[in-house]
Amino acid sequence: MTDGYTCGAMQKPMLGRVAGGIFWMYRYLERAENTARLLAAGHRMTLTRGEDEASQEWRSILTTLGQLADYEKYHEGYAGAQVCDFVLRSRNNPQSVLSMFERARSNARACRSAITREVWEAINEGWMTLRDLLARPVRVTNLDAVLGAIRRESTLARGATHGSMLRNETYSFARAGTFLERADNTARILDVKYYLLLPSIAYVGTVLDTGQWDNVLRSVSAERAYSWLNAGRMDARSIAEFLILDERFPRSLMFCHLAMRENLAALARFHRREGMAHEALARADGMLSGKRVEDIFEQGLHEFILEFIGCNAAIGNAISEEYRFVS
Amino acid sequence: MSTAEASRYDEMLAPDGSVRAAYRDYEQWLERQDPAVLRRKGSEAESFFRRTGITFNVYGEADAEERLIPFDMVPRIITGQEWRRLSRGIEQRVRALNAFIHDLYHRQEIIRSGRLPVRLLRENSAWLPQMVGFTPPGGVYTHIVGIDLVRTGPDQFLVLEDNARTPSGVSYMLENRETMMSMFPELFTQVKVRPVSGYPRSLAASLAACAPDGAGPKPTIAVLTPGIFNSAYFEHAFLADQMGAELVEGSDLRVVDGRVQMRTTDGFRPIDVLYRRVDDEYLDPLTFNPHSVLGVPGIMDVYRAGRITIANAPGTGVADDKAIYSFMPEIVKFYTGENPILPNVQTWRCADADSLKYVLDNLADLVVKEVHGSGGYGMLIGPTSSKKEIEAFRAKLVARPENYIAQPTLALSTCPIFTAKGLAPRHVDLRPFVLVSPEGVDITPGGLTRVAMKKGSLVVNSSQGGGTKDSWVLDD
Repeated sequence: MTDGYTCGAMQKPMLGRVAGGIFWMYRYLERAENTARLLAAGHRMTLTRGEDEASQEWRSILTTLGQLADYEKYHEGYAGAQVCDFVLRSRNNPQSVLSMFERARSNARACRSAITREVWEAINEGWMTLRDLLARPVRVTNLDAVLGAIRRESTLARGATHGSMLRNETYSFARAGTFLERADNTARILDVKYYLLLPSIAYVGTVLDTGQWDNVLRSVSAERAYSWLNAGRMDARSIAEFLILDERFPRSLMFCHLAMRENLAALARFHRREGMAHEALARADGMLSGKRVEDIFEQGLHEFILEFIGCNAAIGNAISEEYRFVS
Repeated sequence: MSTAEASRYDEMLAPDGSVRAAYRDYEQWLERQDPAVLRRKGSEAESFFRRTGITFNVYGEADAEERLIPFDMVPRIITGQEWRRLSRGIEQRVRALNAFIHDLYHRQEIIRSGRLPVRLLRENSAWLPQMVGFTPPGGVYTHIVGIDLVRTGPDQFLVLEDNARTPSGVSYMLENRETMMSMFPELFTQVKVRPVSGYPRSLAASLAACAPDGAGPKPTIAVLTPGIFNSAYFEHAFLADQMGAELVEGSDLRVVDGRVQMRTTDGFRPIDVLYRRVDDEYLDPLTFNPHSVLGVPGIMDVYRAGRITIANAPGTGVADDKAIYSFMPEIVKFYTGENPILPNVQTWRCADADSLKYVLDNLADLVVKEVHGSGGYGMLIGPTSSKKEIEAFRAKLVARPENYIAQPTLALSTCPIFTAKGLAPRHVDLRPFVLVSPEGVDITPGGLTRVAMKKGSLVVNSSQGGGTKDSWVLDD
C-alpha cells in the first residue's frame, strides 16, 4: 500500500468543510457499492432457495442496511423486486443507492477544487449513468446488470482517485472515509449473520449451512478469495477469521483498520500532532491487533462485533471533530 | 422583416455576400469541412459540457436544476485592428469608472460641478454610506469588470452595460476556447488566434497586487461563493481551481483577531484577498442584511481597518445602474479629460418628463429596462411585444417612471450559427473581461460572445435561452 505521503513545508491545511465533504463523499460511494454487493447476494439466494428463505434473506438485508423500519412504513412482505426497488431507488428511502450517488456527487461539486477533473468526471458520469438506469423500476432480469453498473461506477471513481489525486491531506480524508465505511459495512453483515458463524455442533455439515456461509461471503464479494485461500474448506471459524482478521482481504475488519491507521498516521504527520481520532483508533487497535479468532469467540462474537461497530463510529466522530468538519 | 433586421451588420458576410476580412481564413477552412462531421461534433460538444459539469443553475426550475448554456461552434472573430481600438475604449471607460466611484465616496466633485444630479445617489440602493471616506487597498474599486458591447456597423461598437459588480461568464470564455481547440485542433494552426488561457493567472496576479499592506509577498486569496445552488457556482469553483485559491463559503469564515480567517483542518488561517461572488447585501449580516448566512459577520470592520481586500469593493454597484449609465459619456469626459472612444447607446431617462413623453409615444419601437434590473428580466422589447404586453408595461412605466430607462431597438450585429439547415445569422453581443490593479488595466483579448439562438431574437441572456460562442481576436 502506498497511502502514506511526506508533507512539504509549503502545504497549507485544507478547509474543514471541504475535508468533511471529501470524507463523506467517499463514504457514500463505498456504501452504494457495498449495498450493491449485498443485493447481489440476496438475489442469488432468491434463485437458489425457496420463497420463505429468500424472504428471510431480503429482510435481513434491510436490517443490515438499517432500512427495515423505513421499508416497513411503506411496504408489506419482502418480495425481492420490491426490496430491491426500495433499496436502489425509492424516493421514500433517504439511504437509497441513487440518493447515495446524488449526495456523493453533490459533495464532489461542493469540493470541486479539492478533487481532480478525472475524479469529478468519474463521479459526475457515474451519477448520470445510474440516474438513467434507475429512472424506472428495475426488472429482475435486469438486476445483475444494474448492480454491476453500480459497482463499476464506484470502482471508476476509486480508480480515478488512486490514479490522479495528490497524496496529500485530501487523499487521506478520502481514504479514511472509504475504509471507515467499509469496516462498518462488513461489521454490520457480521452483526446480522453472527449466529451462522458460531461454532455449534447442531449446524455442522448440513447443506443449509454451507449455503448460508457461502451467502455471507458473497455479501462482501469474498467467495472466490476465501475458497482460493482455504482450498474448499468451509467452516464457521475460518470464515469468521477471514472476514475479521485476514490482512490480505480488502474488506476484512483488519485490512480496513490497517488502512485507517496508515491514513490517520499520514494526517498526524501533516498536522504534526495526534488527537482524538488517534485515541479512538488506538481502542480499535486493542480489539484487533495480535488477536486470534479463538480470543474473539471466547469474548463472544456478537459482543465483539457490537463493540467494534461502536468503536468505528467513535473514530468517525472524532475525525469530524478533530479536523473541524463543522464549525 | 423589420427595419432593424434589414440594416443589420453581419460579422461574417458583407451585404454583397463576400466574406469579411476577419473571417477569410476561417471560411477557407470551413469550406473544406464535411457538414455531417460538423453536426456530429456539435452533439459531442454538448455531452462534453454535461460530463465536465459546465452547467448553470436556473432559479425556479425544479426539474432541471442544472442546465447547459447552448454552445455554437462558429467563432465570433474580431480583427487585431478592431480589437486595439476596442481595448483602448474599454481601458478608458474602466479607468473613468474607478475614478468616478472613488469620487462618489469622497469629495463628490462631479456632483458639485453640476454634471450629475445628487438625486441619482440618493435614490441608488447600491450606494453604501459605510464606504464614504474609505479608500480600498490600492485605490481599486472595480477589480473585475465585464463591459457589454454591441455592434451596429463596421466601426460602431457601443457600450450597452458596465458590469462593475460581479460580472460572470469568464469560465465560458475559457471553456469555449478549450472545447474549440479540442474539437478542431487543425483550425488553430491555420488561423492565428490570440490566447485567452492566461486569464486565471492574470486574475490571481491582479488580485494579489491589490492585497492590503502587510499581506506579505504571497497573499492568501479566496473565492467566496454562495454555494452549490448558486447559478454561477461552476464558475466560482472553476476560477478558484484555476487560480489555486481556496473556494470558501460564509460558514467557513470568521473574524478572529481582527482578521477574516477560514476554518481549516488545522485551525483558523487568515485571508488577504477575498474575491467575493456574493452581493453586497449579503456580505456582512452585522452591517447589511441581518438574515444573511452567506457572508461573514464583522467583515466590514476588518475591511475598513485595511486588513482585507474585497473584490470588487462593496458599493461599486453605484456605478452600474442604468440611470448612471446614461451619464457615462459625461463621466468619462469628467475624469479622463478625453472624449469617450466607445459611445453609449442613446438612452432616455424616464424620470425626465420630456423623455417619458417621448418613450410613452414610441413604446412599440423602444426597449425599456428597469434601472436596477439585470439578466434580461423585467424589460419590454417594443417591436416583438403584443399590444396587450405594451399596454401592461405602459401602466408600470406611468406608475414609476424613475424606475425605467428606454433605448432604441438596436440593429445588433449578427454572426452565423450552425443549424440543422446550415449556417444562419443570429444576433450577438460581446463581454470582454477587464482586470484592474495598481499595476494597470489588463484586458483578455476576446471575451464572451453571447448569441440569441432564436431567429430574430435580440435577447442574448443565458437565463433566457441565449447561447455562447468562442470569441477570437486575430493575431494580425
